[in-house]
Amino acid sequence: MLEETNVKTLEKVVVRFSGDSGDGMQLAGNIFTNVSAGIGNQVSTFPDYPAEIRAPQGSLGGVSGFQVSVGTKVHTPGDHCDVLVAMNPAALKQNFHHVKPGGVIIVDIDSFKEADLRKALYATDEPFKELGIKAQVVEVPITSLTKEALADSGLDNKSILKCRNIFALGLVCWLFDRPLESALHFLRKKFAKKPAIFEANAKVINAGYNYGSNIHATVSTYRIESEPAKPGVYTDINGNTATAWGLIMASEKSGRPLFLGSYPITPATDILQELAKRKDLGVKALQMEDEIAGVCSAIGASFAGNLAVTSTSGPGLALKSEGIGLAVIAELPLVVIDVQRGGPSTGLPTKTEQTDLMQALYGRNGESPVAVVAPATPTDCFTMAFEASRIAIEHMTPVILLTDAFIGNGSSAWRVPDSDEYPEIKPPYISAEKAAEISWRPYNRDEKTKVRYWAIPGTEGLTHRLGGLEKDYETGAISTDPANHERMVYTRREKIARIADDIPQLEVLGDVDADVLLLGWGGTYGHLRTAAQDLCRMGRKVAFTHFRYINPLPSNTGDVLRKYKKVIVAELNTGQFADYLQAKYPEVHIERINKVQGQPFLVEEVIEGVTRIMDEK
Amino acid sequence: MENNVYTPANYKSDQPVRWCPGCGDHAILNSLHKAMAAVGVPPHKTAVISGIGCSSRLPYYMNTYGFHTIHGRAAAIATGFKVANPEMTVWQISGDGDGLAIGGNHFIHAVRRNIDINMLLFNNKIYGLTKGQYSPTSDRGFVSKSSPYGTVEDPFIPAELVFGARGNFFARSIDVELQISQEVLTAAAKHKGTSVVEILQNCVIYNNGIHNFITDREHRAERTIHLVDGQKMLFGKENERGLVQDGFLLKAVEIGKDGYTIDDVLVHDAHCKSNFLHQQLAMMDGTDLPLAIGIIRDVEGLTYNDELEQQVASVKSAKGFDSLRSMILAGETWEVK
Repeated sequence: MLEETNVKTLEKVVVRFSGDSGDGMQLAGNIFTNVSAGIGNQVSTFPDYPAEIRAPQGSLGGVSGFQVSVGTKVHTPGDHCDVLVAMNPAALKQNFHHVKPGGVIIVDIDSFKEADLRKALYATDEPFKELGIKAQVVEVPITSLTKEALADSGLDNKSILKCRNIFALGLVCWLFDRPLESALHFLRKKFAKKPAIFEANAKVINAGYNYGSNIHATVSTYRIESEPAKPGVYTDINGNTATAWGLIMASEKSGRPLFLGSYPITPATDILQELAKRKDLGVKALQMEDEIAGVCSAIGASFAGNLAVTSTSGPGLALKSEGIGLAVIAELPLVVIDVQRGGPSTGLPTKTEQTDLMQALYGRNGESPVAVVAPATPTDCFTMAFEASRIAIEHMTPVILLTDAFIGNGSSAWRVPDSDEYPEIKPPYISAEKAAEISWRPYNRDEKTKVRYWAIPGTEGLTHRLGGLEKDYETGAISTDPANHERMVYTRREKIARIADDIPQLEVLGDVDADVLLLGWGGTYGHLRTAAQDLCRMGRKVAFTHFRYINPLPSNTGDVLRKYKKVIVAELNTGQFADYLQAKYPEVHIERINKVQGQPFLVEEVIEGVTRIMDEK
Repeated sequence: MENNVYTPANYKSDQPVRWCPGCGDHAILNSLHKAMAAVGVPPHKTAVISGIGCSSRLPYYMNTYGFHTIHGRAAAIATGFKVANPEMTVWQISGDGDGLAIGGNHFIHAVRRNIDINMLLFNNKIYGLTKGQYSPTSDRGFVSKSSPYGTVEDPFIPAELVFGARGNFFARSIDVELQISQEVLTAAAKHKGTSVVEILQNCVIYNNGIHNFITDREHRAERTIHLVDGQKMLFGKENERGLVQDGFLLKAVEIGKDGYTIDDVLVHDAHCKSNFLHQQLAMMDGTDLPLAIGIIRDVEGLTYNDELEQQVASVKSAKGFDSLRSMILAGETWEVK
């Protein structure tokens, strides 16, 4: 036994809460995140929950996890955790491999009875030995301590047991020096309508904290440094909420009302739910009868003059394909959000993947080009949802926003931007006066951008007909003329290509003059950037770049790629972006790092992959 | 309500009409132009949205805002359009294939929501644009290119779907009945909520004469009844026949025969909240009882678009946010100085 508290100073620590899906692990994790963000830590979270809402209690399939990284220079929720809280043997079995060597595992030893072990399919009665755990295990009788703390509370047994998660939270707060007042503040809010439950949780969080204090001599505690952040007002935000808010910002900056047509689907439903709440800002969010009605109602709203959006995940994007094609040929603005998950078919509904890239780029009948953009982090969802809206409106086109389950559910501290930090969005309206002056026809376009004008229904002098049939380039009337069709196909294609003049250039980070360029796109940014930084620190010469604009690509893409002897594309699929780049730039030597497990990259996997490729002759 | 501002010509576009000569759609188009002029909503405040099929070409022949969309989806697109721009009067054009097969789901949900649009269902019991396959309204045993030995399935009766979805407005006409078409289209336009108008339409090429049993001049007076709100349910060449209540059912009788007098004949009440009798009237098919045309049901109800507008307005004023930022700042935040 050590004689004094062992305090380490770490840049960041990773904590993983795990238990039954009914154990309240997400709540404990969320409060820990909020408390940490409140004292100035950067945070990044990864809720890892099962597809089953309530699998059998204590079973391996029912384990729910919440991982959070807090501290400075936090770009990811971390590959491995410093502390694992496991509320039962199933949670331990599912999660022990996430623990760093030298890490700590806190278990509720009360739930390690023989019956519990059998439910989690242990072969022996010595679970720690059976799993070969080398980390320090702290056996805490969480259940009985919670019961004891609430003996006089008057609550029934079931309600008392529901407070176990908060005991564990109290213990973790003690370990990381989190202020309990702040945690109590969030609990008070959470249980505002149930004062008795709040009182019980307040008692229990103190009990957990005190317990930690009492046994401190046996546990290493960490003190986490905070980084002074840019001044401003901050809030904790997950990617799906950021996406919803980015759309609202775009509505404010364009003057077009926001319309969402959607249908519930994991892991995108949060966007529908958030925008349904935002009637307080005038948003109209419709839960339609199916995915197709979701996109079609949005197309109707777009024709009617709204900033129109539909949100979904991969299977829903497949159903919306024909509708998106209609918006392509009608040349109407439309934002389509795909929060990607594991596929094909129903696949892994709650897990993350980047496997819808080809579907987004090409998954429609006919020559049907659309713009595609992909946010890099949870907070970047705000910026890229805004960008998707801006491009859709200013270029009169569908835009697909490819986020994923990892950044959609993951959260970070986010500085609330002022409205003037985002540009005005200028819809390419046609006025009745201008229409009369130029003898306007519905498919007349701006020669520089190839963008068709937007005539808002209800305006006198602008009545016109759109449709899915090919139109004459000049008059906008139905046309089956072969040469006209080809001209329209190339015009629509050129319109998308010219968006490249209206998006930022690609930037290269790290060792810009290296021979090797590591790159990725979308939600893998945090892991890839951390890997690139670590590689440079290890003395490897690696440059790094990341794509958020997928179609069209930034205009300097070819110039950047051609500077490197090897370009390594790391992505959570079998190589879709690598294939896309290779087809466009056949002269570039492309290598690949791929993972398709429904899980984010581990930084060490990327480092290992890059090192292997660099060392190949 | 007559308007003196617009004539039917104001609603006609400059595009040549391309339906086959003799197609029932020509007559429906003319009736629609007339009904629109009678109602007097300006062309630029009118949108006509269609799916795919012969009937769905209709928007091109209107000098209004128009959208010829994709197969089956017109009801969903019209729903989004109306919600986004509630000032517009929205007409949605479908055929029996477009509206009840591929678009059946959107059809019943639009009716259920009671979105304020006017749905025209051109029913010719055939797929015309794909050259003659049976449709979901084709009768059992119907022989077509895709049912060479006759179908082995029962059809939908459009009215039954409307009532199943608790529709508040249902009317029916026949392409050749120009006056009645104009009458029901005008009523549909004036009705707040989803108005469904079924028009029996003849496909002269692939299903010529499919409605002959009803439309045949010789028998039309006996096999149809023109229902008018507040008037006795009389039919026949000399209005010598009438509908009476017979237990839970309807019965056609000859006035002055079997003890029935004019007093026994039911008076049509299109505005009755209960749809029990409306359903029975709508299900009459011209065999034992005459097929009902005219406005069968026309009842006021809460519309989706109005309710949504009101909810948005009340939530907005209750919360009082003037921007995204003000909404966020009212939530959980902290300041870094």
